[in-house]
Amino acid sequence: MDWGVFLQQAPSGGMTYLGWLASGTMWTLLVSIAAWIIAFSLGSILGVLRTTPLRIPRAIATAYVELFRNIPLLVQMFLWYFVMPEVIPKAWGDWIKTELPNLVELPFAQFSMWEFLAAVMCLGLYTASRVAEQVRAGIQSLPVGQTNAGLAIGLTLPQVYRHVTMPMAYRIIVPPMTSEFLTIFKNSSTALTIGVLELTAQSRQISEYTFKTFEAFTAATLIYIVITLVVIYLMRGLEGRVAVPGYISRAQH
Amino acid sequence: MEGAFDWAVIWKSRQILWDGFLMSLQLFGIALAGGIFFGTLLAMARLSRWSFLSYPATGFVNLIRAIPFIMAIFWFYFLTPMIVGKITGQQGEAVGPFGSAVVAFIMVESAYYSEIIRAGIQSIPRGQPWAAYALGMNYWQSMGHVVLPQAFRNMLPIMLTQAIILFQDTSLVYVVGLKDFLGAASKQGQITGRLVELYVFVAVCFFLVCFLASWLVKRMQARLAVVR
Repeated sequence: MDWGVFLQQAPSGGMTYLGWLASGTMWTLLVSIAAWIIAFSLGSILGVLRTTPLRIPRAIATAYVELFRNIPLLVQMFLWYFVMPEVIPKAWGDWIKTELPNLVELPFAQFSMWEFLAAVMCLGLYTASRVAEQVRAGIQSLPVGQTNAGLAIGLTLPQVYRHVTMPMAYRIIVPPMTSEFLTIFKNSSTALTIGVLELTAQSRQISEYTFKTFEAFTAATLIYIVITLVVIYLMRGLEGRVAVPGYISRAQH
Repeated sequence: MEGAFDWAVIWKSRQILWDGFLMSLQLFGIALAGGIFFGTLLAMARLSRWSFLSYPATGFVNLIRAIPFIMAIFWFYFLTPMIVGKITGQQGEAVGPFGSAVVAFIMVESAYYSEIIRAGIQSIPRGQPWAAYALGMNYWQSMGHVVLPQAFRNMLPIMLTQAIILFQDTSLVYVVGLKDFLGAASKQGQITGRLVELYVFVAVCFFLVCFLASWLVKRMQARLAVVR
């Protein structure tokens, strides 16, 4: 075992292998957070639509969830990255493939804005379908009386969602949303298949350059664990703060 | 890529795609059986009152669940040949790439399944194993005849849903270069320059299989709910 390997100079300008790991961690977090913003906003809208009495929006949201849940994430990644540029007008496809700036350049690997955007889009839209299910479950766990009471005092349906249903639902679904975020964080490793040099990709690169596979994988694994623990810790705090009095909440135990 | 789409390439590649699909199915079947078997043992170990069983089992499950599936595949892909080599004394190719992938999938799935099965075991009232012990059954008899049959019945819909997710996850062996369904389509796509057609075909196939399967699970769930 040779942990000193991380302090060695990597074959790229002035970076150690530790630098590669740090860069991988940063890209894992950037991809995850950017994708989470899409997943959370779109997933909330879809989840709400699935509980409304409006038939067509409900059908569209259901179709979206079914479509994105039943195709493997990796296949979706390839659809965005390889297929999408070929089916849009040729000039646009060529533009995104060649004109977008490079984000990271290592001696034998680099990736551009396009790889990053494809990964974010793919993960975001995929996870939106999962978030939608959580939001729907949260809304449906509320007593119907709350919606009815809101309507009875003269609120419109959008107002009921805005002031009655959603503030309750979001507070109830903090724990499942935490695990959805952790899922997006772990799933971001699929971005390595289209060339994004995130944490898993960097640890494999280090293993290939130095043959210190055990050390490289251990380092990446530890980073994943630490970030997971930090997220769980932060979300426990949030859960405790927003817990609805009278509801069973894990944070109170 | 030249000109319009050429869907005939799928028919021309049917043999390779079919072989890939069979490999995915094979991996799915082995990982499912192995995952449920070892997942059950892990769940029993986690619920054991002996800490020398429950601590390592809990640690293993939490570790696997904290890292990406791909990272776990890389780990076992790296460790399996090494460990098998050490045990058998053979160097190098004691287990092939497929064998390593199988080990990786069984390990990861057993961690995922153990969580489902643990919840299933915990859903059985404590009085049931006590009654079994009172009748003179030992631990394995009470588990095998009383607790697990009911736990599996309660957990069947979730276990089947997890199986659909597992089927989708088999596509991840792409990262170690195996020719599963996606890997075969990818190779064929690079050879023929028809990635678009092949990836769309793979997506459609996965969608049809998984959509149909989840529909069946939903129907079964509705029926079970009535029976209960």
